Amino acid sequence: MFHLIIFSVFGLVCVAGAVNLLVQRHPINSALSLVVVMGSLAVEYLLLGAEFVAAVQVIVYAGAIMVLFVFVIMLLNAGEEERTQGSRVALLLGIPGMLVGSILIAWVVLYHSGTGAVAIGALPGPPKTLGWLLFHDFLLPFEVTSILVLIAIMGAVVLAARPEKREG
Amino acid sequence: MVPLSYYLILGGILFACGVTGFLIKRNIITIFMSIELMLNGVNLSFVAFAAQWHALQGQVFVFFVMVVAAAEAAVGLAIIISVFRTRETLNVDQVNLLKL
Amino acid sequence: MMLNLHLWLIPVLPLIGAAINGLFGKRFSRQTVTAVAWGFCGAAFALAVWAVAQFVSAGANPYSEVVAHWIRAGSFQADFAFYLDRLSVVMVLVVTGVGFLIHIYAAGYMWEDGGFYRFFSYLNLFMFFMLTLVLANNYLLMFIGWEGVGLASYLLIGFWFTKDSAAAAGKKAFIVNRIGDFGFLIALFLLVKHFGTLNFEQLSAAISPMGMETAGTGLLTSIGLLLMVGACGKSAQIPLYVWLPDAMEGPTPVSALIHAATMVTAGVYMVSRSHFIFDRAPSALMAVAIIGTLTALFSATIGITQTDIKKVLAYSTVSQLGYMFMACGVGAFSAGIFHLMTHAFFKGLLFLAAGSVIHAVGGEQDMRQMGGLRTKIPWTFWTMTMATFAIAGIPPLAGFFSKDEILWQAYSSPFGSRVYWLIGVVTAFITSFYMFRLWFMTFFGKYRGKAESDHGQAHGAHGGSAHGHGGIHESPKVMLIPLVILAVLSVCGGWVGIGNRFENFLAPVFQSGPTATLESATAGQATQTAPPAEPQTQEVGNETLLTAVSVFVGLAGLFLAWILYCHRPQLPQQIAHALGGFYQAVLNKYYVDELYAAVFVKPLVDVSTNVLWHGIDQGVIDATLDNSADGAREVSDTMRHMQSGNLRSYAGWVAAGAAVVIGYMVWMGTR
Repeated sequence: MFHLIIFSVFGLVCVAGAVNLLVQRHPINSALSLVVVMGSLAVEYLLLGAEFVAAVQVIVYAGAIMVLFVFVIMLLNAGEEERTQGSRVALLLGIPGMLVGSILIAWVVLYHSGTGAVAIGALPGPPKTLGWLLFHDFLLPFEVTSILVLIAIMGAVVLAARPEKREG
Repeated sequence: MVPLSYYLILGGILFACGVTGFLIKRNIITIFMSIELMLNGVNLSFVAFAAQWHALQGQVFVFFVMVVAAAEAAVGLAIIISVFRTRETLNVDQVNLLKL
Repeated sequence: MMLNLHLWLIPVLPLIGAAINGLFGKRFSRQTVTAVAWGFCGAAFALAVWAVAQFVSAGANPYSEVVAHWIRAGSFQADFAFYLDRLSVVMVLVVTGVGFLIHIYAAGYMWEDGGFYRFFSYLNLFMFFMLTLVLANNYLLMFIGWEGVGLASYLLIGFWFTKDSAAAAGKKAFIVNRIGDFGFLIALFLLVKHFGTLNFEQLSAAISPMGMETAGTGLLTSIGLLLMVGACGKSAQIPLYVWLPDAMEGPTPVSALIHAATMVTAGVYMVSRSHFIFDRAPSALMAVAIIGTLTALFSATIGITQTDIKKVLAYSTVSQLGYMFMACGVGAFSAGIFHLMTHAFFKGLLFLAAGSVIHAVGGEQDMRQMGGLRTKIPWTFWTMTMATFAIAGIPPLAGFFSKDEILWQAYSSPFGSRVYWLIGVVTAFITSFYMFRLWFMTFFGKYRGKAESDHGQAHGAHGGSAHGHGGIHESPKVMLIPLVILAVLSVCGGWVGIGNRFENFLAPVFQSGPTATLESATAGQATQTAPPAEPQTQEVGNETLLTAVSVFVGLAGLFLAWILYCHRPQLPQQIAHALGGFYQAVLNKYYVDELYAAVFVKPLVDVSTNVLWHGIDQGVIDATLDNSADGAREVSDTMRHMQSGNLRSYAGWVAAGAAVVIGYMVWMGTR
């Protein structure tokens, strides 16, 4: 019961944040809504017993990525969105497509998935097990990911660097 | 005891909101944020399944998704800055030089 | 003892000469080119003589040597293999001997020509192909030689290719030959299908046990008729003779070598080689004889009216080939080969002497512009006289023996008939007449031409070489020596036929069929069952009578020509007027060329242009490609609107596509 209440509360917060992201016209408001979404998702992870993931979510997502977003919005001095001519295809094809896809998935999930219930905090093992998996079975992807991060850093630096001014 | 499907529906709603944001919004940074929203919805499904099957691989995958999302965000924002410098606009409808 | 005659060298030596002259001749001096050409051709001749000597001294048994494997396809096998038997002995000696003499002559005749090295390269190439044809031991290798001589003929007829008429004549020769080759090929296919081999010895062994096909249809008759079609093309018989008169556009040595002595005789050789097929297909034999006889008469009549000295000789060649075919058609293959040999001598000589005449008068070929040349070019005159008497069949020259043998066989052979003999005699009369007409018009009377005054202006097909000096002059020695040698051969060449020596020499070759046994019976061998005395004297009496008739006819032709062209030169014009339309028809070669052009050529060209070119090539093939290209362009024109550069529309497409994929997967999952 308790589980259900907490789940519902924070689920509603999530959805509200997501909808707010869509509705707001100024990107900074959307960014802050997204932070709210991230936070409540962290709580949901905790409910599922994924403490480590919840911590990483808060630290990395809400704490680093969203900060990056906010910095860029402030750097570029993004203003409110103008209403310009959009794309008809996006509205005519995309929204219905998205709706259809979602309904289908929902239908499958609700009636055919054969899933059971989840108990609060029900998860095997402490973060130690996770670490063990990460550094044993998934060592290669882990190392590759670190290289990926390195490349991303270099790419970001190169792309965002101010173009050099030629001296006279 | 919360049925798993509730978590999945929540993840689906987040994902759908992300897609809608991508289609509706005109500001490129907002579009990027919708992408992050989509990724989060997917992460929720992974963790939910990891809880149900008692397999930690799901969380490992979430870990990787987050790392990649971070890298992607960094590079993508750098690109946006670069485009902003040349085009002086953040409106995605005006960055359409690749049209045939 | 095992002979090794190195037969393969005989064709290959001229090939090497052709390659050397063809590839490097442009840089050589004329002397070097001549030396190469003479050297390799002469070497082939010497080797042929040596090989024949070895062959004869070893008993003259059929000899074959395999040089290399060629085709091994299942049970079918054809090799690069050469074959020497008594028949090919005659052919190889004639080809190399007369060929060598003509090479010598041509050096003098073509000396001023710019394409000197090219000419000798082609000439040697021709020798290679002709020798391959003659020495091959299977039909397939012979066919290579067959096609190759056609190619060489095309190259040489159109040697002065800048002249439109020469190029067209070359094309005509090749195309008409191809029609004949089509028949030849079908015959080869039939042979392969039914006997599995194209080797002469194996085919002879396979076919010999078969009996005569008397029904007029059947395998051997079909093969025989198809082979004859091929021979008609190559040897210029009706209806495929039309290329030979046009082939006179080529230089005169070419006419002498290819269109008198060697290439056109390939058909006769092929028919003789295939005697084991023809022996057993009397209908095919009859077809050969009828075509030969008709051609002989037909072209002889055309020869009466022609005024170009080379055209007269061309029609004469067609007519004499008709004689050879008539001989083969009555089963007297050795008589046909005998005439082939003597014809090579005197016709080759006639052409070479005509070339000498043309050279002397500075390129003029019209006999009406000649006359009275006998005192000015005596050597040419005397040699040409021998040849003319030989072709007219006056004893004791060569032509008499061979032509008489043919007429006798036409009369008396079991396949022959009085009709063949009669037409042959009439043709002999006409032959004698037009040859002596040529003789009188060219050498007697008063000179009617212009060469005395302005020598360098008369052109014609002499290669456009203008001489600086005026006046009619004898040819240089390099041209005269072959004339003399051929004249001697024209006189003595027939003496090998006295007492049936030639026929007996060739008899073992042709002895595999009913004809040969019958032939040897009529020739008075000791294999007869009936008492030989009475029929033999009767036959000898008949033969003497017929000989007397043909001699008389030859002399009658001489007499008539003398009257019309020496005694009363105004008569021919009056006769021509009196005959009116008929004369015009004969003068225009019975309009056969025009008929062919209207019936075959024009419809073919029309169909090709309108149906094949405009209709199919442009309308279907090009249109298909163009339209598919247009269609692709239109499709992509439509599709390009998808690439709007707008990020959100891309997203829309992706979302829609994702929905489709998800729907598919759900559907698959619930099935």
